[in-house]
Amino acid sequence: MRKRGSRPIYMPVRRRREKANMYSKGTKRKFSDGVDNKAVAASYSLQRQSLLDMSLLKLQLCHMLAEPNLCRSVLIANTVRQIQEEMAHDGSWQVVTEALGGSGHGPSDRLVDTEVLCQSSEQQDGGPRLYSVMGYDGCREEEVVTDKALCSVVVGDRAPALLLGTIGHCWDRGELRVEDGVSKDSGTGEEEGTKSGEGAKMATGQVFGTFEIKNGAPGSDPALEELFSDVDASYYDLDTMLTGMQSAPKMGPYDFLDSLASSHGSVSNSSCRADLNELDHIMEIIVGS
Amino acid sequence: MLHCRESARFLPEVTLGIQAKEFNLGFIRPESVSHADIISTVEFNHSGELLATGDKGGRVVIFQQELESKNQPLCRGEYNVYSTFQSHEPEFDYLKSLEIEEKINKIRWLPQKNAAQFLLSTNDKTIKLWKISERDKRPEGYNLKEEDGRYRDPTTVTTLRVPVFHPMDLMVEASPRRVFANAHTYHINSISVNSDCETYLSADDLRINLWNLEITDRSFNIVDIKPANMEELTEVITAAEFHPNQCNTFVYSSSKGTIRLCDMRASALCDQHSKLFEEPEDPSNRSFFSEIISSISDVKFSHSGRYMMTRDYLTVKIWDLNMESRPVETYQVHEYLRSKLCSLYENDCIFDKFECCWNGNDSVVMTGSYNNFFRMFDRGYRQDVTLEASRESSKPRSVLKPRKVCTGGKRKKDEISVDSLDFNKKILHTAWHPQDNIIAVATTNNLYIFQDRL
Repeated sequence: MRKRGSRPIYMPVRRRREKANMYSKGTKRKFSDGVDNKAVAASYSLQRQSLLDMSLLKLQLCHMLAEPNLCRSVLIANTVRQIQEEMAHDGSWQVVTEALGGSGHGPSDRLVDTEVLCQSSEQQDGGPRLYSVMGYDGCREEEVVTDKALCSVVVGDRAPALLLGTIGHCWDRGELRVEDGVSKDSGTGEEEGTKSGEGAKMATGQVFGTFEIKNGAPGSDPALEELFSDVDASYYDLDTMLTGMQSAPKMGPYDFLDSLASSHGSVSNSSCRADLNELDHIMEIIVGS
Repeated sequence: MLHCRESARFLPEVTLGIQAKEFNLGFIRPESVSHADIISTVEFNHSGELLATGDKGGRVVIFQQELESKNQPLCRGEYNVYSTFQSHEPEFDYLKSLEIEEKINKIRWLPQKNAAQFLLSTNDKTIKLWKISERDKRPEGYNLKEEDGRYRDPTTVTTLRVPVFHPMDLMVEASPRRVFANAHTYHINSISVNSDCETYLSADDLRINLWNLEITDRSFNIVDIKPANMEELTEVITAAEFHPNQCNTFVYSSSKGTIRLCDMRASALCDQHSKLFEEPEDPSNRSFFSEIISSISDVKFSHSGRYMMTRDYLTVKIWDLNMESRPVETYQVHEYLRSKLCSLYENDCIFDKFECCWNGNDSVVMTGSYNNFFRMFDRGYRQDVTLEASRESSKPRSVLKPRKVCTGGKRKKDEISVDSLDFNKKILHTAWHPQDNIIAVATTNNLYIFQDRL
């Protein structure tokens, strides 16, 4: 894991400025045979990364709207998949994982353990490690949940999986701003933001909001269990995300991130839980047991 | 809304079907620019006498063409407001805690069968059949009722008379005759009346349903592209239309740039297409935005039924129904935007859904663009023109001047550079009179009606 305070991999502010210059000329650049081949490649991958971030931000924003446009969401998500596939193919993924794997991680780090990154479960060596699909739903049932990871590792033949974990770690965790009321819930290493990263915060929420926690995963980390003991393991349905259904029972496991969204506090989750308890109580009375 | 009428002459340099003739311009000026006045659909009826518009506030406004006046024998009648009614109201979906917008997504007229007119209007979730009828006579002379409607005491009636109809001021009434609700989980993007005049289809992002106009509590699902696992969703339905002559045939377009033609005789569920229209991608133009700009925003059959037209972000394509491999004609609407795709992606303009339309004899097609420009392509003469719908550029009885966008190099006088285009002024909805050269063009809040002089 990255050390605290070390230089973040992603710097949104700078990227925006670069974006304005780069995009007026064209979209995708082809690698040239010129002398500054490396510079072109570097700027292209910056451009691509910027596009990826913009897309994730859009998805996150539309997730927050009352009823997002499904067509638009699908098109943006397909664009994200495309970028991720290309990044996986030309080795950018390797760069990112190295950067992540290089830095140490503290005991409070819950997001992704480096062990996961180095593990080779069903995948062949040398193949890029792909994390679970962000998209519209939680993790698929057949995906494996490793011991210490929150995310699932996709079996190798499933090509269009997204760099969810990677994307998550491209964000400087210092950019996460968590409100006081909920920070106790998450030992996941959110730091008081050094950066504004309003967009970063939301995109991260988007990214993490689609993780699924499977109850009773074999050999689960006890700290993990404790962390998410009160979280409903119901998955994040596509309909929920893309049609903006915000009813409480369908909340994702990261309710602290949900609370980052202004319109939904953690209140709704706990109130729902209170309601359910009350309902049980009432049922007992009615049934007379 | 205030109603003003001014005239403009259109004299294009290019020879089009609308060549060198005078256009009467009619446009409707709203009193104030309000959100609810944003026009969301425009549609002529089958005779062209009526023009319906729907707006974001759920209202439908119908214009009627005046009979040709004796004063101006060379001009066709102009359009006046005929009827205004509130078609849809905002609703609240309690199950999902979501508001359902009242915005009218589409209006489709039914062919006229009697004195009354019928149209279907739809918002995101509910389709309504409206009857628009005229009343210009009033019965008077009832025996048991006073003129004001109060009932008379029967004992005071000494003689009997036959009530008679007296003329009155024309009153146009719109009444909802059917409400087709609760059949769509996703947002309805298209409705299309079948040529059998008994059924119609409604399409949302993932499903297409077939309705009988008389039956509101039941609809048949004929296309369903929802994957079992929504995680695998990569394609949605963007538009659908029935064939104008063959009542068993319909097409639907997708966000991946494909059009599927389905035959309802083949099976009840038309998930298997009969024909798949798709143009192979041009590898030299490939970018991360290729898929988004290939997404089809509108599909329209020609009046003849031989061709269909599709609109994607940068082009209009004409397809021959007999050839699936590629379109027979492709017209560039605003190719100069290709280098700006990333900015357009950033400000979401790349997701704008432009519509397109045919003229009466399928020789000219029209579609909208930005900066209040709209484009016409003459298929026969292979010429095109760019026109602008704006109050400033259309003085009374003046010529509609062709516009030109400067794509690079030195900007000539009267040209507009790409960077000066106003991307907030977009023409998404246009309509062409079924017989005559009369077009209706909707900018954000205004409706422009252009005519040529006979």
